[in-house]
Amino acid sequence: MQIEVTINNKKTTLEIEKDELLADTLRANGWLSIRKGCDSSSCGLCTVWMDGKPVLSCSVFSFRAHGKSITTIEGVRGEAGELARFLAAEGADQCGFCSPGLLMTVLAMKRELPDPTEETIKHYLTGNLCRCTGYIGQLRAIKKYLGVA
Amino acid sequence: MNKSGLTLGRVVQPDTIEEAYQALTEHKDSAVLGGCAFLLLGSRKIGTAVDLSRLNLDYIKEQDEHIEIGAMATFRDVETSPVLQAYFSGVLPGAAGCVMGVQFRNIVTVGATVYSKYGFSDLITPLMALDAEVELFKGGRMPLAGFMEQPAARDILTRVFIKKSPMKAAYQNLRNSATDYPILNVAVSLLHNRWRVVVGARPQRAQIAPLASEALSRGTPNLESVDRAAGLAAEELPFGNNNRGSAEYRKAMCKVLIKRAVTEVLECK
Amino acid sequence: MRSIGKGIPKLDGIAIATGKPVYTEDLAVPGALTVKILRSPHAFAKITSIDVSGAEKLAGVECVLTYKDVPGIRFTTAGQSYPEPSPYDRLILDQVVRYVGDEVAVIAAVDEKTALKAMGLIKVEYEVWDPVLDFEQAAGHPSVVHPEDDLHCNYDIGLDREKNIASTHLTEAGDVEEELRQCAVIVEETCYTQAQAQAMMETYRAFSYLDHADRLTVVSSTQIPFHVRRILSRALQIPAGRIRVIKPRIGGGFGGKQTAVAEIFPALVTLKTGKPAKIVYERKETFTCSNSRHAMRLKVRLGADREGYIRAVDIQGLSDTGAYGEHAPTVFSVAGEKTLPLYNKTNAVRYTGHAVYTNKMPAGALRGYGATQGTFALETAVNKLAAKLNLDPAEIRLRNLIREGETSLLHSDHPLGSSSLHRCIEKGKEMIGWDEKYPRRDAGNNKVRAVGMAVTMQGSGIAGLETASAEIRLNDDGAFSLLIGSTDMGTGSDTILAQMAAEVLSTEVENIIVHAADTDVSPYDPGSYASSTTYVTGMAVVKAAEDLKQQIIRSGAGLLNAPPEAVAFDGETVSTKDGEQSISLKKLAELLVLGAGKHQLAGIATYGSPVSPPPFVAGFAEVEVDRETGKVDLIDFVAVVDCGTVINPNLAGVQAEGGIVQGVGMALFEEVRYDHRGNLQTNSFMQYKIPCRKDIGGIRVAFEESFEPTGPFGAKSIGEVVTNTPAPAIVDAVYNAVGVRITRLPVTPEKVFMGMRSLL
Repeated sequence: MQIEVTINNKKTTLEIEKDELLADTLRANGWLSIRKGCDSSSCGLCTVWMDGKPVLSCSVFSFRAHGKSITTIEGVRGEAGELARFLAAEGADQCGFCSPGLLMTVLAMKRELPDPTEETIKHYLTGNLCRCTGYIGQLRAIKKYLGVA
Repeated sequence: MNKSGLTLGRVVQPDTIEEAYQALTEHKDSAVLGGCAFLLLGSRKIGTAVDLSRLNLDYIKEQDEHIEIGAMATFRDVETSPVLQAYFSGVLPGAAGCVMGVQFRNIVTVGATVYSKYGFSDLITPLMALDAEVELFKGGRMPLAGFMEQPAARDILTRVFIKKSPMKAAYQNLRNSATDYPILNVAVSLLHNRWRVVVGARPQRAQIAPLASEALSRGTPNLESVDRAAGLAAEELPFGNNNRGSAEYRKAMCKVLIKRAVTEVLECK
Repeated sequence: MRSIGKGIPKLDGIAIATGKPVYTEDLAVPGALTVKILRSPHAFAKITSIDVSGAEKLAGVECVLTYKDVPGIRFTTAGQSYPEPSPYDRLILDQVVRYVGDEVAVIAAVDEKTALKAMGLIKVEYEVWDPVLDFEQAAGHPSVVHPEDDLHCNYDIGLDREKNIASTHLTEAGDVEEELRQCAVIVEETCYTQAQAQAMMETYRAFSYLDHADRLTVVSSTQIPFHVRRILSRALQIPAGRIRVIKPRIGGGFGGKQTAVAEIFPALVTLKTGKPAKIVYERKETFTCSNSRHAMRLKVRLGADREGYIRAVDIQGLSDTGAYGEHAPTVFSVAGEKTLPLYNKTNAVRYTGHAVYTNKMPAGALRGYGATQGTFALETAVNKLAAKLNLDPAEIRLRNLIREGETSLLHSDHPLGSSSLHRCIEKGKEMIGWDEKYPRRDAGNNKVRAVGMAVTMQGSGIAGLETASAEIRLNDDGAFSLLIGSTDMGTGSDTILAQMAAEVLSTEVENIIVHAADTDVSPYDPGSYASSTTYVTGMAVVKAAEDLKQQIIRSGAGLLNAPPEAVAFDGETVSTKDGEQSISLKKLAELLVLGAGKHQLAGIATYGSPVSPPPFVAGFAEVEVDRETGKVDLIDFVAVVDCGTVINPNLAGVQAEGGIVQGVGMALFEEVRYDHRGNLQTNSFMQYKIPCRKDIGGIRVAFEESFEPTGPFGAKSIGEVVTNTPAPAIVDAVYNAVGVRITRLPVTPEKVFMGMRSLL
């Protein structure tokens, strides 16, 4: 079946299988920042924005993206790069495999929460697992990026 | 690659609920698609997938007498709803927020969870304490408690209703990791001296504890009577063993969580 | 120091953080065959018939391979120097399957859908045998996990096939039983650690193709490219020179990728078909069909005198190595090797036991590699001894721990080269507020807060065995290429090795191109494991850079017509010491590749150390226990680390934080469950709970630098040691809170609650 979807501000028509998942469709179309880290909707690595909301692309049927706008980290490169610099400054950019999903969630949080505290940041990012950093360095970087005390 | 063995034969995206019901009942191997997160954990072969996305059921509205939640409202919608935050001590946003992460909650729907009667659900327990009603296309409108008891029947859950009132409520849950299933959960509500105690994730699905509810509702609760009522709930409800905990532990925790939930309600008067 | 001790950002940080496609799957040859594996549903069985004809006929299927299609030479998949201590007990595909998930058939098809469909068409019949599932019942069990008689050991590791014993170990000094008899106080504790999963975010994946010279190239998410090359050579029976293994950016390893898990399958397909092939393990496959930490049972007996001096330590171990024996003997020995030297007031020590085969997923390498399990058991026993003697746990350690310059019974001729462990303990006490908080304080609301501590050591590389080589070349533009074989799996080791080279050459890190982990190009390196990269590869880098520096001086002197003693190099210029003449490095580099100079410069060095200087950590946990539910919240964890000189404080700090959280996961969340048929139930992130953000309270890391004379700029390792203290520290904190000592990990609310109930 065919879907019309806007990916990173570009309207495009894609040929998909009925039961294809958005993460696979995105990767197959060259959006390689999307990773699949699990098979139980648990890790957050595949996070993209669908109409501005952070979702697990591994758990969304591609046909549901029809008529919607999808944003991956490739679409917010400038902003993501700036946030990545904060991560790198802490040494919290370890293996990087969880990073795109994490950054997309942080940038969504920035848009959704006006005045985050450490608690609300941790709560918002709960669905982004990381095995390398222990989370603490990431939190330092994110707080500095957002200007949170 | 589909991460599971889940395959869809046909996808139907009806514009009316009647069409959706017809598509569901016409074919044996059909299923309604809610958020799909749990469907994707399995390896079903769904011949006809009925997608409700076009039915405009993704809303939370304050009506005259009720708060109305459409079946396709997500857990994140519940969590951030100003309407639900303003009522019932904000118990529903709090409970919904216990589930996994925001990306997950932006996908899973109220309708799918309630219809599936999941034992581990963080949302069903407080909904029952709030005496919510559900509306099914064929079955009509009925109390959630009744829906939970009736046998599974092919139908489509369209809306959840909660009567507006000064009802106060509290939700308590015990889980190990914050993103884990609950070991046990409890919700209590209070309206005009009428208490309702509900225990879920037993691991079986949420049930009202009638004796405990009744005991609490007799006179003004004090430390002793709350303790006694909590003990009644632990006695009157069955608990089971599973990977997250033993029946014995759950029974003991039932008492603890009820005491805490009741105290929480009493303190927010 | 211009580079050493600076928190320089990782060379690859921005690229990988913003999702650049530089990992294995991203680099796969377009159109490569998709490889899938049919796996055994039985824990122990023999394939009596396998019919792949239906699968082979399916359009788009390139090949379906079974045990009949592979060489019959047994090998090990362990990433270790040759000759490996691990038993050669594997075939690529075997007629006997030894755990649920063991490989039965390899399918290669044009895409995943076809491969999976083909998998469903393979007909297999099994003769199902009674599996060995309980490692405490394995030795002497009627079922023999490895009935084959062509199992091979390079050394006598005490393997007794008939008894399911994979390895046997005994280390002792003095007479432990006699010493215990004379001790005034004896404490005994039996601890069980679980088969923790590495749970790195990038699962196993590899792709392979035949290059322009018909050589097999394998690109893999691996920690051990050189070992993989050798393993493939043996398993596939082709010369190692015909194989090239490349490691790109990878998404974590933690030891899981110190075993050649997946490479063999696409490699086999490429050889059979001539076509590129790739395999990407799913998460479930990674949980169930790769390797885990060795589950161990460790019984510790400590004997002390009335003053609290530990005079005897006896540890009896049993390790579950699962269906295959990779890393079995070495993990087992490390549990004693990296614990017994800590307490050196002993008159006798002993560590003994076996690793046994069971019909479960094999165990392999996981950060800590036995030291984690040994530390949990020994430190729990020491804490128990402190309680029995009514001594502060910090005090008993200060009294008994080895100091710099001292020896221990097992290393009587090797004085400890560097240690700040006693300062680490003092500093950690101060940071957590030990004196005010020990043992417990009521926190109101039915909660109680308490503290607990533990110490640990590890190694830096493998003494007297493994070497690393490095080469550093002066390029024609005046910058440098550093060629190394170590495997940065996110740790930033590429960056810190560049820092070391930059320090020696007095230049900026930006002027060093790091090329790593390609067996055709890189100097030999075992790979990043055994905490060896900073210390062993680092020393090779330093020596290679020093060699190059001398060559720069000599060449510069030659071009300036001065004797080498009369010139100096400051990183940018070679000039005569009298200041009269100089030549810029850039100019020098230009000339060296032309007829004028005719000598491109490269420094090369190999390093291996006769010692493995231990890093140390003192770890302190503050917990809050809910007395009504048994739930344990980790409020604060303090770790004070002695890794010698800290090369990059940001990267070292994050290593510590990450390692601590893995240790916390082992302590509080990561439960491993099998059913009675040998199916691993905890096979997804939904069931196997690694800590999430909300599970962690405060974590604070501090460094107390010592100076290790044998290490680059005084550095030791940090990679593994940081995982070992959380579990014993948390267990003792819980004991101090509510009097319950959980000795079987993980600590769960129900265990604590039931433990408290049993005290009533």
